[in-house]
Amino acid sequence: MSSPGAHAPAVHRDYGGAKIAMWLFLFTEIILFGGLFILYSAYRSKYPHEFHAAGNELNFVIGVINTLVLLTSSLSMALSISAIQQGKRRQSMLLLAVTVVLGAVFLVNKYFEWMAKFHHGIYPNSPELLQRPPGEVLFFGLYFTMTGLHALHVIAGMIILSIMLALLARERIRQDDYIKLENGGLYWHLVDVIWIFLLPLFYLAA
Amino acid sequence: MTAVAVTAVHAEPSFLEAGGRTGLLAWVLSTDHKRIGILYLFCLLSFFLVGVAIGVLMRLEQLTMGPTIMQPQTYNAMFTLHGVIMIFLFVIPGLPAVMGNFFLPILIGAKDVSFPRLNLLSWYFFVGGAILAVSSLFTGGGPPDTGWSFYAPYSIRTGTNVSLAVFAAFILGFSSILTGINFVTTIHRLRAPGMTWHRLPLFVWSLYATGWVQVLATPIIGITLALVIVERVFGIGVFDPAKGGDPVLYQHLFWIYSHPAVYIMILPAMGAITEIIPTFAHRTIFGYRFIAYSSVAIAALGSLVWAHHMFTSGMGEFANMIFSLLTFLVAIPSAIKVFNWVATLYKGSIELEPPMLYALSFIFLFCIGGLTGVMQGALAVNVHLHDTYFIVGHFHYVMFGGTGFAFFAALLYWFPKMFGKMYNRRTATIAWFPIFIGFNMLYFTMLVMGVEGMPRRYYDHLPQFHAGHVVATVGSWFLVSGLLILLGNFVVALLRGEKAEANPWGGVSLEWTIPSPPPVENFEEVPTITQPPYHFNPVGHP
Repeated sequence: MSSPGAHAPAVHRDYGGAKIAMWLFLFTEIILFGGLFILYSAYRSKYPHEFHAAGNELNFVIGVINTLVLLTSSLSMALSISAIQQGKRRQSMLLLAVTVVLGAVFLVNKYFEWMAKFHHGIYPNSPELLQRPPGEVLFFGLYFTMTGLHALHVIAGMIILSIMLALLARERIRQDDYIKLENGGLYWHLVDVIWIFLLPLFYLAA
Repeated sequence: MTAVAVTAVHAEPSFLEAGGRTGLLAWVLSTDHKRIGILYLFCLLSFFLVGVAIGVLMRLEQLTMGPTIMQPQTYNAMFTLHGVIMIFLFVIPGLPAVMGNFFLPILIGAKDVSFPRLNLLSWYFFVGGAILAVSSLFTGGGPPDTGWSFYAPYSIRTGTNVSLAVFAAFILGFSSILTGINFVTTIHRLRAPGMTWHRLPLFVWSLYATGWVQVLATPIIGITLALVIVERVFGIGVFDPAKGGDPVLYQHLFWIYSHPAVYIMILPAMGAITEIIPTFAHRTIFGYRFIAYSSVAIAALGSLVWAHHMFTSGMGEFANMIFSLLTFLVAIPSAIKVFNWVATLYKGSIELEPPMLYALSFIFLFCIGGLTGVMQGALAVNVHLHDTYFIVGHFHYVMFGGTGFAFFAALLYWFPKMFGKMYNRRTATIAWFPIFIGFNMLYFTMLVMGVEGMPRRYYDHLPQFHAGHVVATVGSWFLVSGLLILLGNFVVALLRGEKAEANPWGGVSLEWTIPSPPPVENFEEVPTITQPPYHFNPVGHP
């Protein structure tokens, strides 16, 4: 979010306003996923046994590893903000870079997980999948849609944080002006929180 | 709010004159909320005229039985386009994007919205979405034929260009969300000193409630439309009964947004009417807090009634009853507003200037629209009326008779302030007659035909409906001629209208304390508010 009145000659910074806007934006993201959570709940209550059976096929270990990766990235994100608040720019940049790298690790894991499923002939509309009962078709349909949408958000978050990294390097984010980094951090935490819900819904459904 | 005296001397150039750039760039690169409002105004009116033209063609098709000027498939595309253009490109952005952008900062004594660049970005999203929507007509499998609601499973099966059209609506949703975020933040952060929540003009209250609905409801349509695309491209099956999916869930998700969207359309319209009525009754608004909080109540209750669009979809008795009850409840805050407007008129000294004429028509037409809505909220009646012309008549009374009339009332009210030119008031009054008469011939006839059983979205009709269709079609000609006179009057005023005064109507809110058109920074110095809003002096005691 840009700071208000950026075109005005006297730069007027409204941190409170920027925070309000960011939180409103986060609400929209939560509700975007909310639509998918509604679909998940409806179909899970309709096909409980098939969701259970399909959930068994997901790799619980990779799911948990990815959760740890994302949680760690949220920690480094929070530490990066603390660092810039104390004026430690290099440390803040390092921690932010760690966050972006952990995001990439998450995506690599996700890629191998999806590929493994594809090799077993399980992807949306695949002949193999369509022979299964409807509940399992829907489980995997939702699995690919929701984790796919989440992965898009991880990529968006990594792009945002990379921009923050550049702004830190040019000292456009400083000890006395770090609202952009804070808002970027909020977005990253949101991506993390959504995953915290996806993990039990899919990997622990069994 | 008369604290700030009108400055007779133009110390600063107006926003129409100032600025380094010239020509089109001065507009499309400007972050001035007033210029963005006017950009929206011209885009919206252009799309409105396209939507009207399509509507007239549909009415012409119904003039005779059998194919008149088009084939069934063309008619299907026509009502889809008419709906998509009117709803997503005119009525939903409507008052917030035009009047909200232009007047929200002025009404709260601010120089601009909280995020001017984001504001411009939301206009670009709007234009981008509009271009995509238009290109869906000429690319892929031809114009979408699903109706504006894109109901599954037809929308995932049809060979027409649904994907591009829903993607366009998705992008337009972004525009709406960004505007909502901007307005809510602006109202929280940029109020002038002394502008407490209970001193806000009621148009601002309505924009505040609308902003929240835009933020909280729009993402649902985003994910729903995205799922239609995913379903069409990848076939995940969530809305496809062949794969175990449930099309009724599509309807739920669609209306979880699209019913609150009705309140995105009507709340700012009510807000504008609430500004106009006291000005021309020269009397303070009756029941300020009731009107303010009823906006919030409508926004809240309106989010809980979506399934009344689905009483015949097979939801189950209990759900039907709950949603029917909630639908009756949401009528209460709307009625509160109507009673307050009427009570404001009581013992006022009413001046029937053009804005007031259109505003009073709004109250009349909105009452018909609202009460026919309550009728459909009743379960037994709904089964009879579902998918008939009664529905079409009802929502045109609300969206056109309501939001459309309020839009024109607001434009007539604020046009002199926006452009510094006064239109011909007599012509605007003359235009009212064909508009009002044509409107009622067109849509009241639809209500009657609906009760008699004329189904919506049919390109043809049975002999017993013929007379009704002829009346409606002739009504549409009256309506269109009136609209052309009204809009032509604005064009003439822009080209050679006489100069408008700073306060032509005797209004007391902040926009009337600054020159017409306003200077770039709105206020020479930030005003301090010391009085409640709508503080009218008794007539004869200026």
